[in-house]
Amino acid sequence: MKEKIKTILPYVDLPLIILALYMVFIYAPTDSYMGDIQRIFYFHVSFAWVGFLSFFFNFIGSIMYLIKKERCWDILAVSAAEIGIAFCLIVLTTGPIWARPVWGAWWTWDPRLVTFLILTFMYAAYMTVRNAIEEETKRARFAAVIGIIAFLNVPLTYLASHLWRTIHPDVIRPGGGKWGLDPAMTAALRITIPAVTLLFVILLLRRMDLEGMRDRVAELKKKIMKEA
Amino acid sequence: MGYYLKKVFLIAAKDLRIEFRSKEKIYSMMLFSLLVMVIFNFAFEPGAEYIKDVAPGILWVAFIFAASLGLSRSFVLEKEEDCMQGLMLSPLDRSGIYLGKLIGNFIFTLAIELISLPFFAIFFNLSLTSSLPPLMIVIVLATFGFITVGTLFSALSVGIRGGDMILPLLLFPMQVPVIISAVKSTGLIMAGSGMDTYSQWLKLLVAFDIIFFVASFVIFEYLIEE
Amino acid sequence: MIEVSRLWKSYGPVDALRGIDLKIEKGEFLTVFGPNGAGKSTLLKILSTIIRPTSGKVNTDGIDISSANEDARRRIGVISHKAFLYGNLSAKENLLFFGKLYDVPDLEKRIEELLAEVGLAHRASDMVRTFSRGMLQRLTIARAIIHNPAIILLDEPYTGLDQHAARMLTNLLKKLHTEDKTIVMTTHDITNGLEISDRIVIQILGKIVFEDRSANQTVELFERVYFEKVGEGK
Repeated sequence: MKEKIKTILPYVDLPLIILALYMVFIYAPTDSYMGDIQRIFYFHVSFAWVGFLSFFFNFIGSIMYLIKKERCWDILAVSAAEIGIAFCLIVLTTGPIWARPVWGAWWTWDPRLVTFLILTFMYAAYMTVRNAIEEETKRARFAAVIGIIAFLNVPLTYLASHLWRTIHPDVIRPGGGKWGLDPAMTAALRITIPAVTLLFVILLLRRMDLEGMRDRVAELKKKIMKEA
Repeated sequence: MGYYLKKVFLIAAKDLRIEFRSKEKIYSMMLFSLLVMVIFNFAFEPGAEYIKDVAPGILWVAFIFAASLGLSRSFVLEKEEDCMQGLMLSPLDRSGIYLGKLIGNFIFTLAIELISLPFFAIFFNLSLTSSLPPLMIVIVLATFGFITVGTLFSALSVGIRGGDMILPLLLFPMQVPVIISAVKSTGLIMAGSGMDTYSQWLKLLVAFDIIFFVASFVIFEYLIEE
Repeated sequence: MIEVSRLWKSYGPVDALRGIDLKIEKGEFLTVFGPNGAGKSTLLKILSTIIRPTSGKVNTDGIDISSANEDARRRIGVISHKAFLYGNLSAKENLLFFGKLYDVPDLEKRIEELLAEVGLAHRASDMVRTFSRGMLQRLTIARAIIHNPAIILLDEPYTGLDQHAARMLTNLLKKLHTEDKTIVMTTHDITNGLEISDRIVIQILGKIVFEDRSANQTVELFERVYFEKVGEGK
């Protein structure tokens, strides 16, 4: 059953992504203030949301591992962390691409961007620590500790940077809709976010499978060495 | 509870005695803190007015760097002759070990910071006497926050190859809320602003301290036990 | 008295202990022999509550050590090839520290007695980092028994000791044995191991593969058995 779902998901997501691309590039109107570059917003926001979700999964995996000491939670944690870092990097790239033509600066010390930058650093450190430890249970344990502390740091970092400075476009502009967005734009967002979220789920499951396969290869290797 | 706290302070006292006796750590941390302040000073025109604006930032960079130097040594002490095992064998709850090390690290780091402070005032030509009480509060809160996570990660880094290089990588991103709050409030205090301007930063520091103290206190045991 | 049943310890895919069953009577001296990697240290660490088992039970003096650890720890003293001593504290300061951790009553007096017993009274105020390996080992013993544990665990205590220090250790262990302490020791030193213990076992790759009373063995006989067992294990 699980395998069936895993195989179907990409087929569900592909049309969703194609639809999202259509909505973003064709259906949604050009932003009157920022121009076409604004279209990056849909992806930027989606990836940011999913990046955050990723680290939440890492948080859960870390806590559960410390409690249960079962490898499956560690697999969840490391997979989520890796994907999270990748998505974070996308956020950190799309942000400046958007910022430069609109505000004239590549980097703005805006709280959301700062939080994502710090997130990237923290989880990069997480991966560095993982790579420095050979023994499986020690690695999982140490990584779990870092994962928990790192995630707890997120709201505080956001709050601190927010109190410090805010120039991120608060998407509240006159024009109606939930965030003051043109209804067509809201629709595009409504398609893009789930499309990217589903993409995240697919990647996560695949990555976890990969890790599981690594375990099995190691086991088989061990068996062969014994018989040699 | 009394027994527990007694042993916690025993561990802290032991650490302090060892560090004050060998003096190696005191000298390194002190010198490092002063060195950072001096080097930053070279980046600016001597006597320029804007130095007063950047001074808080420099102070906290000096403190943070010196503190992380001290933290990386904290559990190295327990690694020689595997003293950590000795501690774990004793009838003291694992969290007591964390608390003891925390208190020792905190007192020690605070001492270094307090000694550095007059030098800071001299190098940057600042009068700190009127701002001293609120400044002390900020220093205590921020240092505590730093040391809570720092002690936990120090224990972690000692268990990894190349751990002393990894410790700053782990620690500094975690300290962003502390650094921002500390620097902003120090700046406001030194400029003579009233409490209401910087109270939000103090609140943030307190929140950070509580959250990370509790989290580290609980997690420590899971870290050191196989 | 220590009861170990079906003790397993795995580190992920690696099994350090694969079902150990052991019963050690009160006052018995057991020596565990085995090649490196056999899991002897792991076994000892579990007995001393430093490591938790993956599965199986250990009962120390009636206490199940997977739950009521602190009680158990008061009854256990551990001597390893690492000293658990602080180089920048004096011998006396080290003992004061550990004595207080274990709530030892009449501590000053106890320390005086212990230092005299291990022959270090004249070095009480000296920094431990100035001690030789043999002196370090003697102080370690003092530290390990300061709280008068009923059980003493030794992990390769003879490592790095010269003849004189080794003899001192053997004598001290014999004395502790007469005081009805339950002692478990792992070692590579066959001569000393046979001399002081009541019973010996051989552990290979996480399992106990041989057991006998020490009295039935001589050094030559045992060496033959040992190498045979190790050969089988490969």
